Amino acid sequence: MYEIDARDVYYRDLNARIRNAIKEHNRDIVLHNVCGQYYIGCGLNDKNVKITINGVPGNDLGAFMNGPTIIVNDDAQDGIGNTMNGGKIVVYGSAGDVVAYSMRGGKIFIEKDVGYRACIHMKAYKEMNPTVVIGGCSGAFMGEYMAGGTLILLGLTKKEDKPLTGVYLATGMHGGKIFVRGGVDEKLLWKEAVVVDPSKEEMKKIESEVKEFCNLFKIDYNDVMNEEFVKVVPKSTRPYGHLYFPGP
Amino acid sequence: MELAKDISGCGIAGFINTDGERISGVDIVDSITLMKDRGNGLGAGFAAYGIYPDFKEFYALHIMYDDEHARKVTEDYLERKVHIEQHGGMPTRPIKKKRPIFFVYFVQPREQSTKGESEEFRLEESDEFIFKLVMFINENIDGAFVISSGKNMGVFKGVGFPDEIANFFRIDEYKAYCWTAHNRFPTNTPGWWGGAHPFSLLGWSVVHNGEISSYGANKRYLEMYGYKCTQKTDTEVVTYLLDLLVRKHNLPMHTVAKVFSPPLWSEIEYMDDKDRELYSALRMVYGGAMLNGPFSIIVGFRGGMFGLNDRIKLRPLVVAKKGSNVYMASEESAIRYIVNDLDEIYMPKAGEPVIAMLTEEAYEKVYGSKERTYV
Repeated sequence: MYEIDARDVYYRDLNARIRNAIKEHNRDIVLHNVCGQYYIGCGLNDKNVKITINGVPGNDLGAFMNGPTIIVNDDAQDGIGNTMNGGKIVVYGSAGDVVAYSMRGGKIFIEKDVGYRACIHMKAYKEMNPTVVIGGCSGAFMGEYMAGGTLILLGLTKKEDKPLTGVYLATGMHGGKIFVRGGVDEKLLWKEAVVVDPSKEEMKKIESEVKEFCNLFKIDYNDVMNEEFVKVVPKSTRPYGHLYFPGP
Repeated sequence: MELAKDISGCGIAGFINTDGERISGVDIVDSITLMKDRGNGLGAGFAAYGIYPDFKEFYALHIMYDDEHARKVTEDYLERKVHIEQHGGMPTRPIKKKRPIFFVYFVQPREQSTKGESEEFRLEESDEFIFKLVMFINENIDGAFVISSGKNMGVFKGVGFPDEIANFFRIDEYKAYCWTAHNRFPTNTPGWWGGAHPFSLLGWSVVHNGEISSYGANKRYLEMYGYKCTQKTDTEVVTYLLDLLVRKHNLPMHTVAKVFSPPLWSEIEYMDDKDRELYSALRMVYGGAMLNGPFSIIVGFRGGMFGLNDRIKLRPLVVAKKGSNVYMASEESAIRYIVNDLDEIYMPKAGEPVIAMLTEEAYEKVYGSKERTYV
């Protein structure tokens, strides 16, 4: 285990120290007293590396990351997993806006809530197929312009005055799947997506991801699976094909 | 090639002790300086409430002058218009770069002095008198700008990183029950001393991350009511709109939030009859006061603090509570850096105002009166 005290360390210096530690063949890196340092784990490639963060990491955590695992033992800020290629991020707390923006591969697990615009423009191609599991609730614009991958929203923190998702859910979505535990109010959806029931195969995928989620955060699996899941999918793969040219 | 600057976006922070306990400026400087990379050294500033307890009856005019001539012209003007209880240069530490000069004046409108003046300068309500005085100086005296004009509060701002501006104005030596701070990354307008945030008028001060795309529409709307936009920056209109809507039109703060960030028509459609009528009316009556574009703002006012996002939340804002303290900032880390073991931390929804007010006793203690006003 290689420990770094990040208190009052500038983000560039901190990231340089992490890179050096990996260059020196350290595989288990623990950061203490992190407070707002940007870009932790950005662009790292080694899938055997694990970075544990104590404290609140700054924006764009794990951006362009391609392999390592990041564990955050606190809340995370905006833009985690931005254009991430591979690897895993686990957040023991809430995350900010634009989680998994343009994410292309790997997995993200968030214990509690996320802010606005989660998983916008997430995408998939052949074996690259990102998965995001959000334990709490989400803000508006979730899955906007989503083009691929899987998003599972559990809503475990839902309350009467705290809705599961906001408006403009899946606006412009043209690929991928969103599974929502407890149903979706159809008036939140824009024109491009519809709500259907998940298939048997898709339920298997949900079950395996929820199992992993429950193991990570010590939550009772049966309680989570007790409620029904619905699936939000795009009506078309090219929702704006006739935006400017009237079509058939 | 090493990028000189690769992050952008202004940073804002603020906190209030709702029991009115005055806290030194060290914490707010630490909080905003943690987000140093959100700015680029072209502007920073602080607003502080409760810093002049010995002069709490007087309007504290913080005035920025380009040169001694501007000071002379302004002081001649002030002497004719107001009673100056005390004045002097604002305490600063020496810095190397070229800078304006800053003076503070504790004033009250003087009834005798207004006799024989033109109609618009008769003594009306004293707030209105000071408002007109500020507008006159900003518009007509070259090289002089009133950067704040409220009672028992003040604004400190300029071109630099937040820690540099804090050092220059000796922020660490002030004590306030409410602080707001800004770290600027100018996008559409010049980075000059007057263009740094907070923007302030009477008791209002606004720090803002984002841009007010509706600036032109808001400016024209405000001009109809005698507000002159002279600071070359969009955020100025937010300050004046607050003054117009709350001081002159008596709208409650919560309603002002819904004027600034109104619900979308598609959301209004789903409301019950009563709400639909209210929100439709607000959008129609106050269309010119709607703020379009991405923003998160923290507003300081007499006796409270107020945070708001645009209606689709295009800028970050985090709110936290611990005991009688309420914190707001662009990034969670900026709050965690100055306080441990928060009771609560969350991100408010788009257009949902967060309002923290002094308690009744605290208000009386700080302002010496039970009757609450916002300026």
